Amino acid sequence: MNILFYVAAAIAIVSSIAAITRSHAIHAILFLVVSFVSISLVFYTLGAPFIAALEVITYAGAIMVLFMFAIMLLNLGAHAVQRERQWQPRIVWAGSGLLSLILLAQLAWTFSFGKAQTGSLPVAPSQVGAALFGTYLLGVELASMLLLAGLAGAYYLGKRSGEPEHPKGGADGNGPA
Amino acid sequence: MAVDTESGRAMNQTLVMAGTIAGVLAGVLVAASLLIWGERRLLAVWQDRSGPNRVGPLGLGQVAADVVKILTKEDWIPPFADKPIFVLAPMIIMTTTLLSFAVICFGPSAVVADLNVGLLFFLAMSAMGVYSVVLAGWASNSKYPLLGAMRAAGQMFGYEVFMGLSLMGVVMCAGSFNLREIVLAQRHLWFCVPQVLGLVIFLIAGFAETRRLPLDLPETENELVAGYHTEYSGMKFGMFYVGEYVGVVLVSSLITVLFFGGWLGPWLPGVVWFCIKTLVFVCFFVLCRATLMRPRYDQLMSFGWKVLLPLSLANLLVTAAVVLVRGGQ
Repeated sequence: MNILFYVAAAIAIVSSIAAITRSHAIHAILFLVVSFVSISLVFYTLGAPFIAALEVITYAGAIMVLFMFAIMLLNLGAHAVQRERQWQPRIVWAGSGLLSLILLAQLAWTFSFGKAQTGSLPVAPSQVGAALFGTYLLGVELASMLLLAGLAGAYYLGKRSGEPEHPKGGADGNGPA
Repeated sequence: MAVDTESGRAMNQTLVMAGTIAGVLAGVLVAASLLIWGERRLLAVWQDRSGPNRVGPLGLGQVAADVVKILTKEDWIPPFADKPIFVLAPMIIMTTTLLSFAVICFGPSAVVADLNVGLLFFLAMSAMGVYSVVLAGWASNSKYPLLGAMRAAGQMFGYEVFMGLSLMGVVMCAGSFNLREIVLAQRHLWFCVPQVLGLVIFLIAGFAETRRLPLDLPETENELVAGYHTEYSGMKFGMFYVGEYVGVVLVSSLITVLFFGGWLGPWLPGVVWFCIKTLVFVCFFVLCRATLMRPRYDQLMSFGWKVLLPLSLANLLVTAAVVLVRGGQ
């Protein structure tokens, strides 16, 4: 199990770096998907099979497919790759590198002095559900409000511009299907 | 001595596991390749013609002939394609569909991975399978494959939602994501009776996910040439072709496990019951191809989001209420 964890973690790190540095959008997304799948494996080795499955279904599956759908719709060509390269000057790496270093130091401190659990007992799906809808019910409800706001926002943005909010009368024969 | 028997038992377990994996892989691949012939013969029966009946007994040699043809054909990668992704795409569909068979229980103990999130593993693998079709169309870098890939992304993404929701009723009735426990929960009554709505939604979503004929909009040959796999040839096309049949076998065996009691049945051994039930649903898939017509793309999408989504949510609510009133599982 330990070897599996380290291999998956290494793949996650390498593919995340690749996802940032690739200038081709679709290739970057594919590396991000690989990163999500290996993170799901990390969850699995830490004893959370339910979260591992959800990670693949929602993040690697649903969300990234939507990303890819949007990028395919944009139909970026070679000039987009060129432009992306120009947007990545060296100086950008300094700030993000510093932030990552701080995180790394924090992580090292936690692992050496704090109490980090690894390889604990697997958590059953029903336990996750009971925790979500028992102890953390408020959090779940707040998240659902946030999602509702996102839905309303998407509906507003998706509404065709120039179209009246309430079509006058009922004889709107040629409206959108 | 105790150590010896211990390691011997571990060895035995490894051997049994390797045997199960080899058996499942061989069985599924043989079934899928036999479907190349079986589907055409069945279609012919329902359309009042003979079908392929010349090569070997009953035309069974057609399978070998097709395999030889696919393997010896020139494997051409178009110069305008994105080569690594073009090669990667057909591998994804085979890997994800074959991996899904790991959690399916063919008999009381004939299962490769007895995961406690088995059903979610299948949903995760089918979510990853979408990439194969989308990437194939995108990497081909020409217009018909791209259009097919766009349709595939919208169709498979949407129907995955209803597929997952329709299965949650079964999960609630059984009280588990584990496929073995779901089968065991059907000892008294198969879930096709209380979950008939879930079964219908899962069946429609299964057609959309495997891109089979009534819902094969990503590859409609009369508008998009061959859709997302237009540019593929040789064995790479063969992987999409066989991958589709593996998908049909997968969805059929899932229907068997989730709604028709899996290996449960009198007199015959469990694995035989499982195969018989699965075969019936595979034939149903072929029958639908022979009889039903294809909807328009906008009809498919609006049917999904306006009819199937509310229905599956209602199914979820009613099932939850009934389970709650009966005191839970």
